[in-house]
Amino acid sequence: MNLISKELLQAKNEPLNYFNKNSLIIIGLVVLGLFLYPFISPSKFALHLLMMIFMHAVMSQSWNVLAGFSGQISLGHAIFFGIGAYASGYFYTKFQITPWVGIIIGIAISAFVALLIGIPMLRLKGHYFAIATLLIGISFQVIFQRWSEVGGSAGLYVPINRDSPWLSMQFHKSKVSYYYITLVFFIITFFLVWLLNRSKLGYRLKAIRDQSEAASSLGIHVSKYKVIAFIISAMIMAPMGSIYAQYVLIIDPNNTFSVDISILVLLISVMGGVGNIWGPIIGSSILIPISEFSRIYFGGTGRSIDLIIYGILIISICIFRPSGIVSLIPKSFREREKAK
Amino acid sequence: MTSQVIIQAIISGILMGLIYALIAAGLSLIFGLMEIVNFAHGDHLMISMFSTFWFWMLFGIDPIFSIPLTIILMAFLGVFTHYFIIRKILNSTMLIQICATFGLAVTIRALAQFFFTPDFRTIKNPIIQGKLEIYGIFIGYPQLFASFICLFAFILLYLFVTKTETGTALQATSQDRQAAEILGIPSNKMFALGWAIGLSCVAVAGSMLSNYYYVFPDVGVNFSLFAFVAVALGGFGSINGSLIAGVIIGIVESVGGLLIDPSYKLLYVFAVYLLVVILRPQGIFGRY
Amino acid sequence: MSILLKVENLSRSFGGIHANSDITFDVNEGEILGVIGPNGAGKSTLFDLITGFTKSDKGKVILRDKNITNIRPDLICRLGVGRTFQKLKPFADQTLLENVIVGALVKEKNLKVARDKALEIIDFVDLIEKRHHYAKELSTGQRKRLELARALATDPKLLLMDEVTGGVDQRTIPGLVELVLKLKKNGITVVTIEHNMKIIMDISDRILALNQGKRIAFDIPKNISQNSQVIDAYLGTVDAA
Repeated sequence: MNLISKELLQAKNEPLNYFNKNSLIIIGLVVLGLFLYPFISPSKFALHLLMMIFMHAVMSQSWNVLAGFSGQISLGHAIFFGIGAYASGYFYTKFQITPWVGIIIGIAISAFVALLIGIPMLRLKGHYFAIATLLIGISFQVIFQRWSEVGGSAGLYVPINRDSPWLSMQFHKSKVSYYYITLVFFIITFFLVWLLNRSKLGYRLKAIRDQSEAASSLGIHVSKYKVIAFIISAMIMAPMGSIYAQYVLIIDPNNTFSVDISILVLLISVMGGVGNIWGPIIGSSILIPISEFSRIYFGGTGRSIDLIIYGILIISICIFRPSGIVSLIPKSFREREKAK
Repeated sequence: MTSQVIIQAIISGILMGLIYALIAAGLSLIFGLMEIVNFAHGDHLMISMFSTFWFWMLFGIDPIFSIPLTIILMAFLGVFTHYFIIRKILNSTMLIQICATFGLAVTIRALAQFFFTPDFRTIKNPIIQGKLEIYGIFIGYPQLFASFICLFAFILLYLFVTKTETGTALQATSQDRQAAEILGIPSNKMFALGWAIGLSCVAVAGSMLSNYYYVFPDVGVNFSLFAFVAVALGGFGSINGSLIAGVIIGIVESVGGLLIDPSYKLLYVFAVYLLVVILRPQGIFGRY
Repeated sequence: MSILLKVENLSRSFGGIHANSDITFDVNEGEILGVIGPNGAGKSTLFDLITGFTKSDKGKVILRDKNITNIRPDLICRLGVGRTFQKLKPFADQTLLENVIVGALVKEKNLKVARDKALEIIDFVDLIEKRHHYAKELSTGQRKRLELARALATDPKLLLMDEVTGGVDQRTIPGLVELVLKLKKNGITVVTIEHNMKIIMDISDRILALNQGKRIAFDIPKNISQNSQVIDAYLGTVDAA
């Protein structure tokens, strides 16, 4: 009869997931603050800026789920942004289907497209996969530019509807409703990714990311789980496309299926910290204000000034802080609480 | 459709393909040395084109005479890039390497937009112009000349890598960095040399292209995409592979455009890539 | 005593080099089978072939009555064959506990149950105090135990261990050896690659000797140590070195 060690008993009594009380309180306060923020009647720009930060945090979280959980680097994530935008826009414009249903259609189509792309492509390693996604992303743009049913390169103009703002998901009076919609998606996404990180699926995906051969020696069907990660990632991206479409009310291939978006989500994640759930929020909070402010201060030429700053920042991060800004935060504030 | 039209398309394809091949050879050389894909390769091409343009615009130097100047400029830029950026990310993950060269691409393109504006520019009345007609097939002299120069540069590159001592050292580093170090070949110098040569290839291609192509900040994008495809088809790191792959891409682009629909040119080339990597992940001639 | 694993004429060549040719042997339930041979004899390739990481050109691998030749590694794991790697492959950015939980999830549906099972196995390999350490912070010997624990968590009937004592310092070797014997006591059949002749002779019930991809002997330890081909193979490598 083996003696059961004290240490083992103690270990079994540890909670499965450790919640740091202080960080829970901080997160709760920040979320509350974000919900109350519109009540202090902020400027339109402030709401717009926050909305863009949330939106890009979600978009880059989508990318981060694929790279951070399964280790695949996608350079074509705008595909799912575009699909989301076109799904809600097209079905509203042609069939008056409410964009809320459009969002769901977009998620479904994105999942399906991710499956179709994922099965053959995720077998590719490293650069081959990255370049394949880059080319497929551009192919989507080229095809939508010439697809007359969805407006070709001029794109779709979402018909204006002032009578039923919530049904048509158009809010012409103020940005507050858009702000709340984005905020809710932002919170839901981050909560779901947080859950994923601690789920069985999360364990398996991180195993694949760290050591795919060892993962398969532990009964994990590597290619199946890579496709699953790709599908989850696509499903997170799509609603952002739909919300963006309802926000600007113009959907064209150059702004939706754009390589710039695919690269931006990657840059935001790397800036913040890849594979870390907070990385996309940090990256988005740094990079998005740069482009929004430079657009204000430099007007028309602003576009390239923000890109110059982006580029230099990113190169510096790669050289000096490859693990992202999140790694500047002392470990005790992060996930290190479990270790003694 | 007459056979003449098809022959015309094949010839234009081959001519363009030789330019793709040289661009891809530079990319492949760099990859072979340090397993880094230079995602700013197309933007380096753009710099070479602007360099050629400004030599003509400011000093009236024709593209055929400014080639050496552009090569020197780009070679220095290559060494500079290696020294200040690439050297520091050699041991980083693939993601960081991709991110750094993409960051470089974004910066270069944005700087070009800032300083040169997004306008399209052309070099007017270059020395080489006009076209040749044989049996109803037209070939532009600038295109013909550009392809010959690129092929010539390619042969020089090949001879350099295979026949000279430095070239052999370069190959040794590419095959086994540590073993080469033991033999006294400093890999850091070889990497810098690799970048210098890689960007010199782009310099030659860029100079020649600006003879007949528009020069603008985004010009490199499609060229770099084709270069990625060529390098993957030819096998990452294989210089000879990129020659054949470059020509195949040129032909696919031009014949596909002729037979099906020219507005989907990009897609034919992409389709070839996707087919090849799915069926044969190491590239057609790949050594990996 | 019944046969757990049967390997028949297993062959694989890489670009003209015969890494394994016509390897035939069997493993009895509950025994420890040692695999020896000089570097490049094809020992690790043999493991890769049995566990599905490399496809064989020819031959069969039969687990109990089931033909598992060339099926996917994850399925082979689920059928009860665990393995460790010569070149260790821990999930470096995860804690020891997280590493082992991944293995436990093969059989357990509930995360809490899997966690408790993982803890028990970590205790079994004597690393319970280190459970919250990241894999990259562990020593080589500890990482070997980690890999072993991870494989054990999948409830294997058969465990293939690639170089248990290779690359670890002398003091930790006895502990590792003891662990292997403890596995046997718990009814797990073990096939182990080992360079340390003293250890392999002591713990193995039978020994398979390979040289240049071929089987040169398959017998009980006492006979192996007197086998002229085995002696030649080892002396040969000494000469070459």
